[in-house]
Amino acid sequence: MLKPLFIVAMCVFSSLIFSKEIHQERSLYRNIIVDEKGDTLCLQFNTRITKLNQSCIYKSNPDKLFFNYTKMIFASLLFIDNPSNVLIIGLGGGTLSNVIHQLFPDAHINNVEIDPAVVKVARDYFHFIETDRVVSTVQDGRIFIKRAALKKQTYDWIILDAFNGDYIPEHLLTKEFFEEANSVLAPGGIIAANTFSSSKLYDHESATYYSVFGDFLNVSRHNRSNRIILAGLNTMPSATDIDTRANQLAPRLSRYNIDLKDIRQLINTTKDNHDWPENTKVLTDQYSPANLLNN
Amino acid sequence: MTFTKNGLVYFLAFCSGFCIMGIELLGGRILAPFFGSSVHIWGSIITVFMLSLSLGYLLGGKLSTHNASLAKYGFIFLIACICVTPIALFSQPIMAYIFTHIEDSRYGSLLASMALFFIPTVILGMISPYSVRLLVTESDKSGQIAGILYFVSTLGSALGTIITSFYFVLAFDVNSIITTFAITLGLLGLIAIMIGSNVRREAPIHA
Repeated sequence: MLKPLFIVAMCVFSSLIFSKEIHQERSLYRNIIVDEKGDTLCLQFNTRITKLNQSCIYKSNPDKLFFNYTKMIFASLLFIDNPSNVLIIGLGGGTLSNVIHQLFPDAHINNVEIDPAVVKVARDYFHFIETDRVVSTVQDGRIFIKRAALKKQTYDWIILDAFNGDYIPEHLLTKEFFEEANSVLAPGGIIAANTFSSSKLYDHESATYYSVFGDFLNVSRHNRSNRIILAGLNTMPSATDIDTRANQLAPRLSRYNIDLKDIRQLINTTKDNHDWPENTKVLTDQYSPANLLNN
Repeated sequence: MTFTKNGLVYFLAFCSGFCIMGIELLGGRILAPFFGSSVHIWGSIITVFMLSLSLGYLLGGKLSTHNASLAKYGFIFLIACICVTPIALFSQPIMAYIFTHIEDSRYGSLLASMALFFIPTVILGMISPYSVRLLVTESDKSGQIAGILYFVSTLGSALGTIITSFYFVLAFDVNSIITTFAITLGLLGLIAIMIGSNVRREAPIHA
């Protein structure tokens, strides 16, 4: 008599604990898996050994951001007013684009993603919102920015999120690339980059950002687990101004699971605080063994 | 003398194999800032290298029928040196020009690969058949000699690939590696020319 009950309980239990692949496809660049586990739905790029979560949502509340690093990107809003032109390099599930669209419905958002299959999966499984203002372009990020520069296009919020933790497109981590990104940054705009925080690459990356932007801001918890770099700011607001803004914006962001007041505490400037050795080699188009340095 | 001469030809073929693949590998790195890192980049590069090697084989074979000599062989290396150097010197303006004129990065990368790698690789492709001509003296051993030559030059290619991708890119700039390849080819060419002309001068005395 208890047996059916037990089976039901097991099913409920296993659906919570064990993940279930609901979609898998091999794209031009990688294996893409959509994985369901309890209330979370994740986009994974898979190799035989590891499945790396690229983007996750809560099925019951897709507006809530899942990963800390995506939340930390919103520290950018402490330094810019209503962004009107946003450029996102690396789409993932499109969660960043969705939240920014909801926060700023008038903003033009251009998502650039190299893999057409990722765009498709974002649409089909992750509620990626596309409108006449929110668009996606299937292109290499470097080429997109170079072409944008030729067209004299500018963006006031540029988000670099093209690294999947496993493989780094090395031409997106060089001095020349950051110079090109800087050239399409509108006055008063900001660049937010999701970066590598462990390994030797941390120092090289810092040195490279510094060579283009001068001192920048790090958003990270003490253990260096995730780091968002904020760069390209013309003027640095005072600490009180930042606090005021954090207090103003926090209520608007809380429904996305972003605790801006907490994130505000994680921001540190590199001014008088260089945590990389003086002689660290800057990564350039000529010298960019980022994947080797990341080992 | 023949023994050293043959050793030199094998060594030179090894080095040219090393340089060809080293350059091909760096091709991806050179094109990426303008044409990205999509699969079609490698499509363009490999197509151009295969095409130019195939033409190089034809030309090298043809050239070897006209009074083949070690000095002329060295001269091919010297020309290769001259043709590889522009990759380091002019790749930026060439690619910038193609980038602004061709929107589609597939054809852009194909054209850029052609502009940068076609001529040097044709020249480097001439080396293999010419080496066979210099090495073969008896027709019944020609297959064996061709076999050894392919072994040596393809081994050079394998090492050129792995050493460039594992170690050189960690230690040096792309342009420094390309320039080093060019200088190496040039020096080897000069050595071959020097030894080749000595052989010719000695030849009448022994005859």
